[in-house]
Amino acid sequence: MIAAILDQVFRRESGKVLAGLIRFAGDFDLAEDALQDAFAHALRAWPRDGLPEKPAAWLTTAARRRVVDLLRKRKTAPALTSELHHIPCEEAEDTEDVSGIPDDRLRLVFTCCHPALAQSAQVALALRTLGGLSTRDIARAFVEPESTTAQRLVRAKQKIRDAKIPYEVPRPDDLPDRLAAVRAVVYLIFNEGHTATDGPSLIRPDLCSEAIRLARLVAELMPDEPEARGLFALVLLTDARRPARVSADGALIPLEEQDRGLWDRAKIQEGTSALDSALPFRKPGPYQIQAAIAALHASAPTPEQTDWFQIAALYGALLRHAPTPVVELNAAVALAMASGVPDGLSWVEDIERRGTLAGYHLLPAAKADLLRRAGRFAEAAVAYREALALVANSAERRYLERRLEEVGG
Amino acid sequence: MQYMILIYGDEKAWTGLSEAEMNAVFAQYMQYSKDLAAAGVLGGGASLQPVATATTVKVRGGKTATTDGPFAETKEQLGGYYIINVPNLDEAIKWAAKCPGAQYGCIEVRPLGVSTNADGTIAGM
Repeated sequence: MIAAILDQVFRRESGKVLAGLIRFAGDFDLAEDALQDAFAHALRAWPRDGLPEKPAAWLTTAARRRVVDLLRKRKTAPALTSELHHIPCEEAEDTEDVSGIPDDRLRLVFTCCHPALAQSAQVALALRTLGGLSTRDIARAFVEPESTTAQRLVRAKQKIRDAKIPYEVPRPDDLPDRLAAVRAVVYLIFNEGHTATDGPSLIRPDLCSEAIRLARLVAELMPDEPEARGLFALVLLTDARRPARVSADGALIPLEEQDRGLWDRAKIQEGTSALDSALPFRKPGPYQIQAAIAALHASAPTPEQTDWFQIAALYGALLRHAPTPVVELNAAVALAMASGVPDGLSWVEDIERRGTLAGYHLLPAAKADLLRRAGRFAEAAVAYREALALVANSAERRYLERRLEEVGG
Repeated sequence: MQYMILIYGDEKAWTGLSEAEMNAVFAQYMQYSKDLAAAGVLGGGASLQPVATATTVKVRGGKTATTDGPFAETKEQLGGYYIINVPNLDEAIKWAAKCPGAQYGCIEVRPLGVSTNADGTIAGM
């Protein structure tokens, strides 16, 4: 019914409408309040008058009127009069078109992911304003009390207003840094959805979908940025494996044991073509390289037919772009698969000795898997136990327990 | 929009510099001040004397207590400030990054709240 349609319209249009409104009002809270009021208005008007032809335009008009109303009310408070100066009221009548939306949303992306905001606030704000998620949804996704999320959002919006974080696309010389922050936020949202840090389920599909939506948006808004396309490709190709990643009893299924028939072919296709469209720019970066790795997995009909040599080479390239211990661990595992367990294992042990990944459960887990492949079951059992002591997600825990049993631990 | 650029640095490192090194840093600050002025964004500024010259005053129960210091255990102390007038935080961050102190210590950028005029009235009202 109308409530359901409205809900749908809200999810689909709120990011667009809100972006334009924020620019119009010059204030996040004011824009959000006005949009809420416009939705309340729609809930009354649409059942009576019928669904408008362009719901987004209707909402924009109603919300802009509401902004002007709210500002007029505030006008009585002397301390706030200065706010009105930069908002020409005639513009409020010019409300029919919702053009210029891409620019508004692009500005909003950069404002939400501004480095002057804590990253946790960037994530929450991006999900709230660009993704249209409710505060409750965000709190649930990040397993925190709703009041914590609400506080985070309030503080972020206050800082944007009071410290005057601009609502604009950064200048070209600042763009690379700022884009990196935007991509990091989107990737963080995806990763949390793909493998939840904590809790009973491995995957939070809503977060994955939200991240894909945001990645698509950023790629569309910045068509000349191959890394934006790379990120979009990466999240699609990774998410394509989602239906095959968890067993009926909720345990993680490793790549080599997944039923590849369950992989989402449409996503693989879209991800592969996004990656293909990035490569002609000849500006490789970490997201494109990771997407290329994911594409190689996606195109292997069986685990044995995986092109591990190329994957190992790509991890080598990734390591040059992003020389982090986690990437190094992945590179070591890829090397083990490409040229034999001993090479990979000694690399893993080298990483272990350096202590940079101490406390990270995937280090002993990777070591255990390699020891198991080498038939050194007793040592594998020790490493599996070590990983079990560190893991927080119960789907990963169940997988590790199963492996421990297999090696007779 | 007015921002204060607060310059934090290690005082001990500063006092350990040779005269030539100190002069070099002074020259950097002179240049920075000139750049701010030339861009038309400078609203004023000052360096602060060392923390050793500071006195903390508080009134409790009508009694004024005066103590030497503060000598907080922090490695970096407030050593000076500029007031700049720029359109938004991105511009302020840009100028903060150009401040010589950003190379040694760190810069805090804070938007000003209510400003008072020399005659005690509130600025802008």
